Amino acid sequence: MSLDQDQIKHIARLARIELSPGEVEPTLDKLNGVFALIEQMQAVDTTGVEPMSHPQDVSQRLRDDEVTETNRRPAFQRIAPQTEAGLYLVPKVIE
Amino acid sequence: MLNASLKELASALDARQISSVELTSLFLQRIEALNLSLNAFITVDRDGALAAASAADASRAAGDAGPLTGIPIAHKDVFCTEGLLTSCGSKMLSNFVSPYDAHVVSLLRDAGTVLLGKTNMDEFAMGSSNENSFYGPARNPWNTGHVPGGSSGGSAVAVAARMSPVATGTDTGGSVRQPAAFCGITGIKPTYGLVSRFGMIAYASSLDQGGALGRSAEDCALLLSAMTGFDGRDSTSLDRPPADLSAELDQPLTGLRIGLPTEFFGPGMDDDVRAAVENALDEYRRLGAETVQVSLPNAKLAIPAYYVIAPAEASSNLSRFDGVRYGHRAAEYGDLADMYSKSRAQGFGAEVKRRILAGAYVLSHGYYDAYYLQAQKLRRLIADDFARAFAQCDVIAGPTAPTTAYAIGAKSDDPVQMYLGDIYTVAVNLAGLPAISLPAGSGAGGLPVGLQLIGNYFEEARLLAAAHGLQRVTDWHLRQPGDGQ
Repeated sequence: MSLDQDQIKHIARLARIELSPGEVEPTLDKLNGVFALIEQMQAVDTTGVEPMSHPQDVSQRLRDDEVTETNRRPAFQRIAPQTEAGLYLVPKVIE
Repeated sequence: MLNASLKELASALDARQISSVELTSLFLQRIEALNLSLNAFITVDRDGALAAASAADASRAAGDAGPLTGIPIAHKDVFCTEGLLTSCGSKMLSNFVSPYDAHVVSLLRDAGTVLLGKTNMDEFAMGSSNENSFYGPARNPWNTGHVPGGSSGGSAVAVAARMSPVATGTDTGGSVRQPAAFCGITGIKPTYGLVSRFGMIAYASSLDQGGALGRSAEDCALLLSAMTGFDGRDSTSLDRPPADLSAELDQPLTGLRIGLPTEFFGPGMDDDVRAAVENALDEYRRLGAETVQVSLPNAKLAIPAYYVIAPAEASSNLSRFDGVRYGHRAAEYGDLADMYSKSRAQGFGAEVKRRILAGAYVLSHGYYDAYYLQAQKLRRLIADDFARAFAQCDVIAGPTAPTTAYAIGAKSDDPVQMYLGDIYTVAVNLAGLPAISLPAGSGAGGLPVGLQLIGNYFEEARLLAAAHGLQRVTDWHLRQPGDGQ
Protein backbone atom coordinates (compact mmCIF):
# COMPACT_ATOMS: atom_id res chain seq x y z
CA MET A 1 0.00 0.00 0.00
CA SER A 2 1.38 3.36 -0.96
CA LEU A 3 -0.41 6.67 -0.85
CA ASP A 4 -0.18 9.48 -3.36
CA GLN A 5 -0.46 13.22 -2.87
CA ASP A 6 -4.17 13.38 -3.64
CA GLN A 7 -4.95 10.64 -1.15
CA ILE A 8 -2.98 12.29 1.63
CA LYS A 9 -4.73 15.60 1.00
CA HIS A 10 -8.08 13.82 1.08
CA ILE A 11 -7.28 12.09 4.40
CA ALA A 12 -6.04 15.35 5.88
CA ARG A 13 -9.36 16.93 4.93
CA LEU A 14 -11.26 14.06 6.54
CA ALA A 15 -9.14 14.40 9.69
CA ARG A 16 -9.58 18.19 9.71
CA ILE A 17 -5.87 18.87 9.74
CA GLU A 18 -4.60 21.55 7.40
CA LEU A 19 -1.43 20.50 5.60
CA SER A 20 0.61 23.28 4.06
CA PRO A 21 1.89 22.55 0.54
CA GLY A 22 5.38 22.06 1.97
CA GLU A 23 4.17 19.46 4.49
CA VAL A 24 2.49 17.15 1.98
CA GLU A 25 5.59 15.45 0.57
CA PRO A 26 7.46 14.79 3.86
CA THR A 27 4.25 13.57 5.52
CA LEU A 28 3.64 11.27 2.59
CA ASP A 29 7.19 9.86 2.74
CA LYS A 30 7.00 9.06 6.41
CA LEU A 31 3.49 7.62 6.23
CA ASN A 32 4.46 5.39 3.33
CA GLY A 33 7.33 4.08 5.44
CA VAL A 34 4.87 3.26 8.21
CA PHE A 35 2.44 1.64 5.77
CA ALA A 36 5.23 -0.56 4.40
CA LEU A 37 5.74 -1.81 7.96
CA ILE A 38 2.01 -2.40 8.45
CA GLU A 39 1.78 -4.28 5.19
CA GLN A 40 3.44 -7.37 6.79
CA MET A 41 0.06 -8.07 8.36
CA GLN A 42 -1.49 -8.95 5.05
CA ALA A 43 0.67 -12.05 4.67
CA VAL A 44 -1.10 -13.78 7.56
CA ASP A 45 -4.14 -15.95 6.92
CA THR A 46 -6.64 -15.09 9.65
CA THR A 47 -9.63 -16.95 8.27
CA GLY A 48 -11.84 -17.99 11.16
CA VAL A 49 -9.93 -16.00 13.79
CA GLU A 50 -12.21 -14.08 16.13
CA PRO A 51 -11.15 -10.39 16.32
CA MET A 52 -10.13 -9.27 19.82
CA SER A 53 -11.07 -5.85 21.16
CA HIS A 54 -10.80 -6.41 24.93
CA PRO A 55 -8.50 -9.03 26.43
CA GLN A 56 -11.11 -10.16 28.95
CA ASP A 57 -13.87 -10.16 26.33
CA VAL A 58 -16.14 -8.16 28.59
CA SER A 59 -19.26 -6.54 27.19
CA GLN A 60 -20.56 -3.07 27.90
CA ARG A 61 -22.10 -2.68 31.33
CA LEU A 62 -25.50 -1.13 31.82
CA ARG A 63 -26.24 1.18 34.70
CA ASP A 64 -29.44 2.38 36.27
CA ASP A 65 -30.99 5.27 34.40
CA GLU A 66 -30.53 7.95 37.02
CA VAL A 67 -28.81 11.32 37.20
CA THR A 68 -25.21 10.92 38.38
CA GLU A 69 -23.59 14.14 37.17
CA THR A 70 -24.30 17.64 38.36
CA ASN A 71 -24.43 20.62 36.03
CA ARG A 72 -20.96 22.21 35.93
CA ARG A 73 -21.42 24.37 32.88
CA PRO A 74 -19.62 27.48 34.24
CA ALA A 75 -16.55 25.39 35.18
CA PHE A 76 -16.46 23.72 31.78
CA GLN A 77 -17.02 26.92 29.86
CA ARG A 78 -14.35 28.83 31.74
CA ILE A 79 -11.74 26.90 29.73
CA ALA A 80 -13.48 27.28 26.36
CA PRO A 81 -11.94 29.53 23.69
CA GLN A 82 -15.14 31.56 23.18
CA THR A 83 -18.54 31.46 24.92
CA GLU A 84 -21.52 33.74 25.29
CA ALA A 85 -24.67 33.37 27.39
CA GLY A 86 -23.75 29.78 28.23
CA LEU A 87 -23.18 28.85 24.59
CA TYR A 88 -20.01 27.85 22.74
CA LEU A 89 -19.31 30.26 19.88
CA VAL A 90 -18.19 29.05 16.46
CA PRO A 91 -18.15 30.74 13.04
CA LYS A 92 -21.58 31.12 11.51
CA VAL A 93 -22.73 27.90 9.80
CA ILE A 94 -26.24 28.92 8.72
CA GLU A 95 -26.86 32.20 6.92
CA MET B 1 15.74 10.83 52.66
CA LEU B 2 15.93 11.46 48.94
CA ASN B 3 17.08 7.89 48.41
CA ALA B 4 14.81 6.19 50.90
CA SER B 5 12.22 3.58 49.90
CA LEU B 6 8.53 4.31 50.44
CA LYS B 7 8.54 1.98 53.44
CA GLU B 8 11.49 3.85 54.96
CA LEU B 9 9.81 7.18 54.28
CA ALA B 10 6.61 6.00 55.95
CA SER B 11 8.59 4.79 58.99
CA ALA B 12 10.44 8.10 59.24
CA LEU B 13 7.14 9.97 59.03
CA ASP B 14 5.58 7.65 61.61
CA ALA B 15 8.54 8.09 63.96
CA ARG B 16 8.29 11.89 63.48
CA GLN B 17 11.90 11.97 62.28
CA ILE B 18 10.64 14.18 59.51
CA SER B 19 7.32 15.77 58.64
CA SER B 20 5.67 15.52 55.25
CA VAL B 21 6.14 19.28 54.84
CA GLU B 22 9.90 18.86 55.36
CA LEU B 23 10.05 15.86 53.07
CA THR B 24 8.05 17.64 50.39
CA SER B 25 10.31 20.71 50.64
CA LEU B 26 13.33 18.46 50.18
CA PHE B 27 11.96 17.03 46.93
CA LEU B 28 10.81 20.48 45.74
CA GLN B 29 14.36 21.76 46.26
CA ARG B 30 15.71 18.81 44.33
CA ILE B 31 13.29 19.58 41.48
CA GLU B 32 14.34 23.23 41.47
CA ALA B 33 17.99 22.24 41.31
CA LEU B 34 17.63 19.72 38.49
CA ASN B 35 14.62 20.53 36.36
CA LEU B 36 16.33 23.13 34.22
CA SER B 37 18.77 20.51 32.96
CA LEU B 38 16.52 17.41 33.01
CA ASN B 39 13.15 18.93 32.01
CA ALA B 40 11.30 16.17 33.85
CA PHE B 41 8.43 18.38 35.02
CA ILE B 42 6.08 20.48 32.90
CA THR B 43 4.36 21.89 35.99
CA VAL B 44 5.58 22.07 39.59
CA ASP B 45 2.83 22.78 42.12
CA ARG B 46 4.84 24.07 45.08
CA ASP B 47 1.93 25.68 46.95
CA GLY B 48 -0.44 22.78 46.37
CA ALA B 49 2.22 20.29 47.43
CA LEU B 50 3.02 22.12 50.67
CA ALA B 51 -0.68 22.45 51.51
CA ALA B 52 -1.25 18.73 50.85
CA ALA B 53 1.82 17.88 52.93
CA SER B 54 0.56 19.94 55.79
CA ALA B 55 -2.83 18.20 55.59
CA ALA B 56 -1.04 14.83 55.56
CA ASP B 57 0.89 15.79 58.69
CA ALA B 58 -2.40 16.71 60.36
CA SER B 59 -3.95 13.33 59.40
CA ARG B 60 -0.94 11.54 60.80
CA ALA B 61 -1.11 13.53 64.02
CA ALA B 62 -4.77 12.50 64.29
CA GLY B 63 -3.71 8.86 64.00
CA ASP B 64 -5.12 8.49 60.52
CA ALA B 65 -2.23 7.56 58.24
CA GLY B 66 -1.91 4.86 55.59
CA PRO B 67 1.23 3.60 53.86
CA LEU B 68 1.24 6.52 51.41
CA THR B 69 0.14 9.37 53.67
CA GLY B 70 2.49 12.31 53.23
CA ILE B 71 4.54 10.63 50.46
CA PRO B 72 5.41 12.98 47.58
CA ILE B 73 4.47 11.82 44.10
CA ALA B 74 4.48 13.06 40.50
CA HIS B 75 1.79 12.40 37.91
CA LYS B 76 2.37 12.04 34.22
CA ASP B 77 0.76 15.03 32.53
CA VAL B 78 -1.74 12.71 30.82
CA PHE B 79 -3.75 12.49 34.07
CA CYS B 80 -6.29 15.27 34.56
CA THR B 81 -5.71 17.25 37.75
CA GLU B 82 -8.39 19.73 38.79
CA GLY B 83 -7.09 23.29 38.88
CA LEU B 84 -3.68 22.38 37.43
CA LEU B 85 -2.42 22.58 33.86
CA THR B 86 -2.93 19.19 32.16
CA SER B 87 -1.09 19.57 28.87
CA CYS B 88 -0.56 15.97 27.76
CA GLY B 89 2.73 17.29 26.34
CA SER B 90 0.82 19.13 23.60
CA LYS B 91 0.40 22.68 22.42
CA MET B 92 -3.24 21.69 21.91
CA LEU B 93 -3.73 21.49 25.68
CA SER B 94 -1.08 24.01 26.71
CA ASN B 95 -3.91 26.18 28.12
CA PHE B 96 -5.99 23.35 29.59
CA VAL B 97 -6.52 23.68 33.33
CA SER B 98 -8.57 20.58 34.01
CA PRO B 99 -11.98 21.07 35.66
CA TYR B 100 -11.85 17.55 37.17
CA ASP B 101 -9.53 14.86 38.51
CA ALA B 102 -8.66 11.55 36.91
CA HIS B 103 -9.79 8.55 38.97
CA VAL B 104 -6.14 7.65 39.65
CA VAL B 105 -5.48 11.19 40.84
CA SER B 106 -8.43 11.09 43.28
CA LEU B 107 -7.46 7.64 44.55
CA LEU B 108 -3.89 8.71 45.25
CA ARG B 109 -4.96 11.96 46.84
CA ASP B 110 -7.37 10.05 49.08
CA ALA B 111 -4.47 7.75 49.97
CA GLY B 112 -2.66 10.85 51.29
CA THR B 113 0.00 11.31 48.62
CA VAL B 114 1.39 14.79 48.04
CA LEU B 115 1.39 15.85 44.38
CA LEU B 116 4.65 17.64 43.49
CA GLY B 117 3.75 18.30 39.88
CA LYS B 118 3.10 16.96 36.41
CA THR B 119 5.75 15.21 34.37
CA ASN B 120 6.91 15.62 30.81
CA MET B 121 5.82 13.16 28.13
CA ASP B 122 5.62 12.58 24.42
CA GLU B 123 2.67 14.49 23.03
CA PHE B 124 -0.54 12.54 23.73
CA ALA B 125 1.69 9.64 24.84
CA MET B 126 2.75 9.01 21.25
CA GLY B 127 6.45 8.35 21.23
CA SER B 128 9.27 6.31 22.66
CA SER B 129 11.84 9.01 23.38
CA ASN B 130 10.08 12.04 24.90
CA GLU B 131 11.28 14.04 21.91
CA ASN B 132 7.68 14.55 20.79
CA SER B 133 6.87 16.79 23.75
CA PHE B 134 5.76 20.34 22.98
CA TYR B 135 7.79 21.29 26.06
CA GLY B 136 11.04 19.83 24.73
CA PRO B 137 12.48 16.44 25.66
CA ALA B 138 13.14 15.34 29.21
CA ARG B 139 16.76 14.25 29.48
CA ASN B 140 18.22 11.00 30.70
CA PRO B 141 19.96 11.65 34.03
CA TRP B 142 22.57 8.95 33.23
CA ASN B 143 23.63 10.96 30.19
CA THR B 144 21.81 14.19 29.46
CA GLY B 145 22.64 13.91 25.76
CA HIS B 146 20.48 10.78 25.62
CA VAL B 147 16.73 10.27 25.62
CA PRO B 148 14.96 9.06 28.77
CA GLY B 149 12.59 6.89 26.74
CA GLY B 150 8.90 7.50 26.41
CA SER B 151 6.25 8.26 26.53
CA SER B 152 6.36 8.45 30.35
CA GLY B 153 9.90 9.88 30.13
CA GLY B 154 9.43 12.71 32.61
CA SER B 155 8.11 10.33 35.27
CA ALA B 156 11.05 7.97 34.77
CA VAL B 157 13.55 10.84 34.97
CA ALA B 158 11.86 12.25 38.08
CA VAL B 159 12.23 8.92 39.90
CA ALA B 160 15.73 8.12 38.58
CA ALA B 161 17.07 11.56 39.55
CA ARG B 162 15.22 11.37 42.88
CA MET B 163 13.08 14.43 42.14
CA SER B 164 10.15 12.31 43.32
CA PRO B 165 10.09 9.01 45.23
CA VAL B 166 7.56 7.50 42.81
CA ALA B 167 5.51 8.57 39.81
CA THR B 168 2.54 7.47 37.74
CA GLY B 169 2.73 6.69 34.06
CA THR B 170 0.69 5.14 31.28
CA ASP B 171 1.62 2.30 28.96
CA THR B 172 -0.03 1.84 25.56
CA GLY B 173 2.85 0.08 23.79
CA GLY B 174 5.64 0.16 26.38
CA SER B 175 5.43 3.72 27.71
CA VAL B 176 5.99 2.78 31.36
CA ARG B 177 8.42 -0.12 30.87
CA GLN B 178 10.76 1.33 28.24
CA PRO B 179 11.50 4.66 30.01
CA ALA B 180 11.91 2.70 33.27
CA ALA B 181 14.50 0.55 31.47
CA PHE B 182 16.27 3.54 29.91
CA CYS B 183 16.45 5.39 33.24
CA GLY B 184 17.42 2.43 35.46
CA ILE B 185 14.26 2.22 37.54
CA THR B 186 11.35 -0.19 37.98
CA GLY B 187 8.05 0.25 36.16
CA ILE B 188 4.95 -1.93 36.01
CA LYS B 189 1.98 -1.97 33.66
CA PRO B 190 -0.88 -4.02 35.11
CA THR B 191 -3.48 -6.16 33.36
CA TYR B 192 -5.66 -4.07 31.06
CA GLY B 193 -8.74 -2.96 32.98
CA LEU B 194 -7.25 -2.81 36.49
CA VAL B 195 -6.45 0.91 36.52
CA SER B 196 -9.29 3.24 35.58
CA ARG B 197 -8.84 5.26 32.41
CA PHE B 198 -11.28 7.95 33.62
CA GLY B 199 -9.52 11.30 33.31
CA MET B 200 -6.50 9.73 31.64
CA ILE B 201 -6.37 11.52 28.30
CA ALA B 202 -7.07 8.85 25.71
CA TYR B 203 -4.61 7.74 23.06
CA ALA B 204 -5.57 4.16 22.09
CA SER B 205 -8.35 3.16 24.43
CA SER B 206 -8.18 -0.61 23.96
CA LEU B 207 -4.49 -0.56 24.93
CA ASP B 208 -4.02 2.42 27.31
CA GLN B 209 -3.31 1.38 30.89
CA GLY B 210 -2.04 3.34 33.88
CA GLY B 211 1.05 2.08 35.68
CA ALA B 212 3.55 2.79 38.41
CA LEU B 213 7.19 3.88 38.31
CA GLY B 214 9.47 3.60 41.32
CA ARG B 215 12.94 2.74 42.30
CA SER B 216 12.09 -0.81 43.33
CA ALA B 217 9.42 -3.46 42.91
CA GLU B 218 8.55 -2.91 46.56
CA ASP B 219 7.77 0.77 45.91
CA CYS B 220 5.84 -0.07 42.75
CA ALA B 221 3.76 -2.63 44.67
CA LEU B 222 2.71 -0.01 47.21
CA LEU B 223 1.87 2.56 44.57
CA LEU B 224 0.06 0.22 42.18
CA SER B 225 -2.05 -1.25 45.01
CA ALA B 226 -3.40 2.24 45.62
CA MET B 227 -4.08 2.91 41.91
CA THR B 228 -6.16 -0.13 41.02
CA GLY B 229 -9.84 -0.66 41.62
CA PHE B 230 -13.16 -0.73 39.81
CA ASP B 231 -14.48 2.54 38.42
CA GLY B 232 -17.90 2.67 36.82
CA ARG B 233 -16.85 5.72 34.81
CA ASP B 234 -14.46 3.61 32.72
CA SER B 235 -16.45 1.19 30.57
CA THR B 236 -13.52 -1.26 30.42
CA SER B 237 -12.75 -1.18 34.15
CA LEU B 238 -12.76 -4.67 35.68
CA ASP B 239 -14.71 -5.35 38.84
CA ARG B 240 -12.26 -7.35 40.93
CA PRO B 241 -11.68 -7.62 44.67
CA PRO B 242 -8.94 -5.19 45.82
CA ALA B 243 -5.49 -6.76 45.94
CA ASP B 244 -2.57 -6.03 48.26
CA LEU B 245 0.27 -6.38 45.81
CA SER B 246 2.86 -6.16 48.58
CA ALA B 247 1.59 -9.26 50.40
CA GLU B 248 3.49 -11.84 48.34
CA LEU B 249 6.73 -9.91 47.79
CA ASP B 250 8.87 -12.16 49.95
CA GLN B 251 7.79 -15.44 48.39
CA PRO B 252 10.87 -17.51 47.51
CA LEU B 253 11.60 -17.98 43.83
CA THR B 254 12.39 -21.68 44.14
CA GLY B 255 10.62 -23.53 41.38
CA LEU B 256 9.53 -20.39 39.55
CA ARG B 257 9.36 -21.32 35.88
CA ILE B 258 10.70 -18.51 33.70
CA GLY B 259 9.80 -18.83 30.03
CA LEU B 260 12.32 -17.55 27.52
CA PRO B 261 10.68 -16.89 24.15
CA THR B 262 13.00 -17.78 21.28
CA GLU B 263 11.73 -14.71 19.46
CA PHE B 264 12.95 -12.37 22.23
CA PHE B 265 16.52 -13.63 22.12
CA GLY B 266 17.18 -13.59 18.39
CA PRO B 267 19.14 -11.01 16.43
CA GLY B 268 18.15 -7.38 16.82
CA MET B 269 19.17 -7.01 20.45
CA ASP B 270 22.37 -5.13 21.24
CA ASP B 271 25.17 -7.20 22.80
CA ASP B 272 25.33 -5.16 26.00
CA VAL B 273 21.58 -5.63 26.52
CA ARG B 274 21.87 -9.37 25.86
CA ALA B 275 24.76 -9.72 28.32
CA ALA B 276 22.87 -7.94 31.11
CA VAL B 277 19.69 -9.93 30.51
CA GLU B 278 21.60 -13.25 30.48
CA ASN B 279 23.34 -12.24 33.66
CA ALA B 280 20.03 -11.50 35.38
CA LEU B 281 18.67 -14.87 34.23
CA ASP B 282 21.72 -16.60 35.77
CA GLU B 283 20.93 -14.80 38.99
CA TYR B 284 17.37 -16.16 38.84
CA ARG B 285 18.71 -19.68 38.33
CA ARG B 286 20.90 -19.26 41.41
CA LEU B 287 17.77 -18.22 43.31
CA GLY B 288 16.17 -21.54 42.41
CA ALA B 289 14.12 -20.54 39.41
CA GLU B 290 14.21 -22.70 36.31
CA THR B 291 14.17 -21.42 32.75
CA VAL B 292 12.22 -23.06 29.99
CA GLN B 293 12.17 -22.37 26.27
CA VAL B 294 8.84 -21.05 24.97
CA SER B 295 7.72 -19.62 21.66
CA LEU B 296 5.65 -16.61 20.64
CA PRO B 297 5.57 -17.18 16.88
CA ASN B 298 3.23 -14.26 16.18
CA ALA B 299 5.18 -11.73 18.24
CA LYS B 300 6.73 -10.32 15.09
CA LEU B 301 3.27 -9.19 14.00
CA ALA B 302 2.80 -7.11 17.13
CA ILE B 303 4.38 -3.94 15.73
CA PRO B 304 2.37 -3.87 12.48
CA ALA B 305 -0.84 -4.70 14.39
CA TYR B 306 -0.08 -2.05 17.01
CA TYR B 307 0.60 0.62 14.40
CA VAL B 308 -2.83 -0.03 12.90
CA ILE B 309 -4.86 -0.31 16.11
CA ALA B 310 -3.23 2.55 18.02
CA PRO B 311 -3.43 5.17 15.23
CA ALA B 312 -6.98 4.09 14.36
CA GLU B 313 -8.13 4.58 17.92
CA ALA B 314 -6.09 7.77 18.22
CA SER B 315 -7.67 9.31 15.14
CA SER B 316 -11.05 8.68 16.69
CA ASN B 317 -10.11 9.80 20.22
CA LEU B 318 -8.32 12.95 19.11
CA SER B 319 -11.25 14.14 17.01
CA ARG B 320 -12.50 15.74 20.24
CA PHE B 321 -9.85 18.46 19.94
CA ASP B 322 -11.76 20.87 17.79
CA GLY B 323 -10.95 24.29 19.24
CA VAL B 324 -14.54 24.71 20.43
CA ARG B 325 -14.88 23.48 23.99
CA TYR B 326 -11.31 23.56 25.31
CA GLY B 327 -7.75 23.61 24.09
CA HIS B 328 -6.07 25.58 21.36
CA ARG B 329 -8.04 27.59 18.83
CA ALA B 330 -6.33 29.25 15.88
CA ALA B 331 -6.24 33.03 16.09
CA GLU B 332 -7.43 33.50 12.52
CA TYR B 333 -9.79 31.39 10.45
CA GLY B 334 -12.58 31.53 7.91
CA ASP B 335 -15.50 29.14 8.25
CA LEU B 336 -16.06 26.37 10.79
CA ALA B 337 -14.16 23.70 8.84
CA ASP B 338 -11.25 26.11 8.46
CA MET B 339 -11.29 26.79 12.20
CA TYR B 340 -11.08 23.05 12.94
CA SER B 341 -8.33 22.43 10.38
CA LYS B 342 -6.18 25.37 11.43
CA SER B 343 -6.63 24.79 15.17
CA ARG B 344 -5.66 21.15 14.79
CA ALA B 345 -2.78 21.89 12.40
CA GLN B 346 -1.33 24.35 14.93
CA GLY B 347 -2.17 22.40 18.07
CA PHE B 348 -0.77 18.98 17.13
CA GLY B 349 2.88 18.12 16.54
CA ALA B 350 4.20 16.16 13.55
CA GLU B 351 4.06 12.65 15.04
CA VAL B 352 0.54 13.10 16.40
CA LYS B 353 -0.63 14.37 13.00
CA ARG B 354 0.97 11.38 11.28
CA ARG B 355 -0.76 8.92 13.60
CA ILE B 356 -4.13 10.66 13.16
CA LEU B 357 -3.72 10.55 9.38
CA ALA B 358 -2.62 6.91 9.39
CA GLY B 359 -5.58 6.06 11.60
CA ALA B 360 -8.04 8.01 9.49
CA TYR B 361 -6.78 6.13 6.45
CA VAL B 362 -7.01 2.60 7.87
CA LEU B 363 -10.53 3.34 9.12
CA SER B 364 -11.68 4.97 5.89
CA HIS B 365 -14.24 3.42 3.59
CA GLY B 366 -13.14 0.13 2.09
CA TYR B 367 -10.08 -0.39 4.29
CA TYR B 368 -11.55 -1.33 7.67
CA ASP B 369 -11.53 -5.10 7.10
CA ALA B 370 -8.05 -5.13 5.60
CA TYR B 371 -6.48 -3.15 8.41
CA TYR B 372 -8.32 -2.62 11.69
CA LEU B 373 -10.18 -5.94 11.63
CA GLN B 374 -7.09 -7.85 10.45
CA ALA B 375 -5.06 -6.23 13.25
CA GLN B 376 -7.68 -7.29 15.81
CA LYS B 377 -7.44 -10.85 14.53
CA LEU B 378 -3.66 -10.74 14.90
CA ARG B 379 -4.24 -9.52 18.42
CA ARG B 380 -6.11 -12.73 19.10
CA LEU B 381 -3.26 -14.83 17.63
CA ILE B 382 -0.73 -12.95 19.77
CA ALA B 383 -2.83 -13.42 22.92
CA ASP B 384 -3.23 -17.15 22.09
CA ASP B 385 0.58 -17.47 21.81
CA PHE B 386 0.94 -16.07 25.32
CA ALA B 387 -1.76 -18.42 26.63
CA ARG B 388 0.13 -21.42 25.23
CA ALA B 389 3.42 -20.15 26.67
CA PHE B 390 1.88 -19.69 30.12
CA ALA B 391 0.89 -23.36 30.12
CA GLN B 392 4.64 -24.06 30.37
CA CYS B 393 5.85 -21.25 32.61
CA ASP B 394 4.87 -18.78 35.34
CA VAL B 395 6.47 -15.64 33.94
CA ILE B 396 8.09 -14.77 30.63
CA ALA B 397 11.42 -12.94 30.59
CA GLY B 398 13.31 -10.96 28.00
CA PRO B 399 14.76 -7.54 27.35
CA THR B 400 12.52 -4.49 27.72
CA ALA B 401 14.10 -2.76 24.73
CA PRO B 402 16.63 -3.87 22.12
CA THR B 403 19.04 -1.05 23.01
CA THR B 404 19.94 1.19 25.91
CA ALA B 405 18.94 4.88 25.78
CA TYR B 406 20.07 6.39 22.50
CA ALA B 407 21.27 9.92 21.76
CA ILE B 408 18.71 12.68 21.43
CA GLY B 409 18.02 13.12 17.72
CA ALA B 410 19.30 9.67 16.72
CA LYS B 411 15.91 8.30 15.66
CA SER B 412 13.63 11.33 15.74
CA ASP B 413 13.53 11.69 11.98
CA ASP B 414 12.74 8.05 11.25
CA PRO B 415 9.40 6.89 12.70
CA VAL B 416 9.85 3.29 11.55
CA GLN B 417 13.20 2.93 13.39
CA MET B 418 11.59 4.49 16.45
CA TYR B 419 8.63 2.07 16.27
CA LEU B 420 10.91 -0.97 16.00
CA GLY B 421 12.31 -0.11 19.43
CA ASP B 422 8.93 -1.24 20.82
CA ILE B 423 9.47 -4.79 19.57
CA TYR B 424 9.47 -6.46 23.02
CA THR B 425 6.81 -4.35 24.68
CA VAL B 426 3.83 -3.93 22.34
CA ALA B 427 2.72 -7.57 22.22
CA VAL B 428 1.99 -7.32 25.96
CA ASN B 429 -0.42 -4.42 25.40
CA LEU B 430 -2.14 -6.16 22.52
CA ALA B 431 -2.73 -9.19 24.75
CA GLY B 432 -3.64 -6.97 27.74
CA LEU B 433 -1.15 -8.73 30.03
CA PRO B 434 0.76 -7.27 33.00
CA ALA B 435 4.51 -6.72 32.69
CA ILE B 436 7.30 -5.12 34.66
CA SER B 437 10.69 -3.70 33.71
CA LEU B 438 13.44 -3.77 36.29
CA PRO B 439 17.06 -2.63 36.15
CA ALA B 440 19.31 -5.55 35.28
CA GLY B 441 22.72 -4.08 34.76
CA SER B 442 24.46 -1.48 32.71
CA GLY B 443 25.45 -1.45 29.11
CA ALA B 444 27.82 0.60 27.01
CA GLY B 445 28.55 4.03 28.46
CA GLY B 446 27.15 2.97 31.82
CA LEU B 447 23.56 3.29 30.59
CA PRO B 448 21.00 1.09 32.35
CA VAL B 449 19.54 -2.08 30.84
CA GLY B 450 16.03 -3.24 31.68
CA LEU B 451 14.82 -6.80 32.14
CA GLN B 452 11.19 -7.36 31.28
CA LEU B 453 9.04 -9.92 33.06
CA ILE B 454 5.59 -10.62 31.64
CA GLY B 455 2.89 -12.30 33.71
CA ASN B 456 -0.38 -14.01 33.01
CA TYR B 457 -3.60 -12.00 33.56
CA PHE B 458 -3.92 -10.65 37.12
CA GLU B 459 -0.49 -11.98 38.11
CA GLU B 460 0.84 -8.57 39.18
CA ALA B 461 1.70 -9.88 42.65
CA ARG B 462 3.76 -12.71 41.18
CA LEU B 463 5.60 -10.33 38.82
CA LEU B 464 6.39 -7.94 41.65
CA ALA B 465 7.59 -10.83 43.83
CA ALA B 466 9.83 -12.09 41.02
CA ALA B 467 11.28 -8.60 40.58
CA HIS B 468 11.67 -8.10 44.32
CA GLY B 469 13.43 -11.47 44.60
CA LEU B 470 16.13 -10.27 42.22
CA GLN B 471 16.32 -6.87 43.91
CA ARG B 472 16.97 -8.51 47.26
CA VAL B 473 20.21 -10.01 45.96
CA THR B 474 21.33 -7.38 43.44
CA ASP B 475 21.80 -3.63 43.68
CA TRP B 476 21.09 -2.49 40.13
CA HIS B 477 17.95 -0.71 41.29
CA LEU B 478 19.92 1.18 43.94
CA ARG B 479 22.54 2.56 41.57
CA GLN B 480 22.14 6.16 40.71
CA PRO B 481 23.09 8.48 37.91
CA GLY B 482 26.46 9.90 38.80
CA ASP B 483 27.60 6.74 40.62
CA GLY B 484 30.92 5.55 39.29
CA GLN B 485 31.31 8.47 36.92
